[in-house]
Amino acid sequence: MTDVLIAGAGISRFGRTEHTTGRAHAVRAVRAALADAGIPWSRVGAAFGGSDAAGQADTLVAELGLTGVPFVTVKNGCATGGSALVSAVNAIRAGMADVVLAVGFDKHPRGAFDPMPADWGLDEAYGRDGLMVTTQFFGMKINRYMHAYGISPRTLALVAEKAYRNGSRNPNAWRRTPVSADEVLASGMVSDPLTRYMFCSPGEGAAAVVLCSPEAARTMTGVPVTLRAAVVRSRRFGSFEVFSPWLAAGELTSVSRDAAAAAFEAAGVGPSDVDVCQLQDTESGAEVMHLAECGFCADGEQEKLIAAGATEIGGTLPVNTDGGCLANGEPIGASGLRQVYEVVQQLRGHAGERQVPGAPRIGFTHVYGAPGVSACTVLSRLSG
Amino acid sequence: MLAGSHCAACAVTVYPAAGQCPRCGQGTSPVTLSAVGTLWTWTVQRYAPKSPPYVPPPGGFRPFAVGYVELPERVRVAAVLDTADPDAIRIDLPVRIEATAGVPRATPIEEG
Ligand SMILES: [Zn+2]
Repeated sequence: MTDVLIAGAGISRFGRTEHTTGRAHAVRAVRAALADAGIPWSRVGAAFGGSDAAGQADTLVAELGLTGVPFVTVKNGCATGGSALVSAVNAIRAGMADVVLAVGFDKHPRGAFDPMPADWGLDEAYGRDGLMVTTQFFGMKINRYMHAYGISPRTLALVAEKAYRNGSRNPNAWRRTPVSADEVLASGMVSDPLTRYMFCSPGEGAAAVVLCSPEAARTMTGVPVTLRAAVVRSRRFGSFEVFSPWLAAGELTSVSRDAAAAAFEAAGVGPSDVDVCQLQDTESGAEVMHLAECGFCADGEQEKLIAAGATEIGGTLPVNTDGGCLANGEPIGASGLRQVYEVVQQLRGHAGERQVPGAPRIGFTHVYGAPGVSACTVLSRLSG
Repeated sequence: MLAGSHCAACAVTVYPAAGQCPRCGQGTSPVTLSAVGTLWTWTVQRYAPKSPPYVPPPGGFRPFAVGYVELPERVRVAAVLDTADPDAIRIDLPVRIEATAGVPRATPIEEG
């Protein structure tokens, strides 16, 4: 199969503002990605993108330029960026275009995400009685996991401490003030065992990448990175998802496990080959569980790995080097491509103060979200 | 009594009862679930959920526990956990679960 390269990557400032719209974030990210690739918008032959709550991606042509480009809006929750990437890869392999844009953006106000029972096919009682609360799901999933595999609350706190430390090294992050593990533990219980500083916040931002064929890359100025795999999966029977009135007994299935395994198989590498990775960290427990679900360790090994600093920027498997969702916030449509942007910077050696030492060669990204979708990518530096 | 449904082909039991099996899509038969099980996992809702949809009780919001109760029918049912002693909540705690006008509610079973 034809290789697909990422020739340019761009990002907008993550955080929360009064006046910047999600679409304005998207335009900034796209222009930055085009500038990075060294091409004008008119060179883009197809585009895919979307947001969860900040508008239609295809309307961005009004700001980017009315070139007649086919622009497909993708709306796939947390997998919006991943689905845009998969579509872009297929467009290049199918010969639809040799230069394709993928963009994800979003903007959510404080306290966004107001799920109503009817929208989830649930009885009104689940809302009335106080069970339509996403943090309960996160608390219950990690609580069971900690019980089964011996993970301590301190490990959850160390994950958050690392996120804010990495965020402090990332000029584009929202939360740039380091927070100690003790402060994380003392920040107030939200849904046991998760405290306030262990959760990310809804936010805003955008990220975009220019993908192309190897031939097209030769005409561009950006340092290309190979997109070895981009995979999206939905859940199978037996998984544990938010707002479930019941779960099947027995071993849980995991859409993250499925998506990661498929991405590694397509890429022809394994988790042990990965030098830098970005994992969905909606809250601290998610990063802990996703380490195992994506194949980077056995269940329970996180307790020792994290205490030993393995997931730090200087560790054996740096995780969420840009601060993840905890430090960047969660604009749902943008997070997947934010992760890809970060891995591109790391593989190019352009990540500044947060650069993983030793010239990382292979990177991995993973998002997960309701109602059981996951998108994963494997990227590698061109040899040399 | 919790009214669930069962798919004989998949040995899948769900709550609340559903006409189709979520695994194979075939028709199901009704089944009454056991009233006693164990707490599979839990958390505490520490702040008042957003209203709507939440309707606080007459005395106002107070933190409450929620969890999944694992039943012998091989299904885990979401329930509010009513207990006077929140510190005694632990995974594998034996509980009694019952249907109510709202969501199912579970109470710890006194041991010994
Ligand atoms: Zn069935």
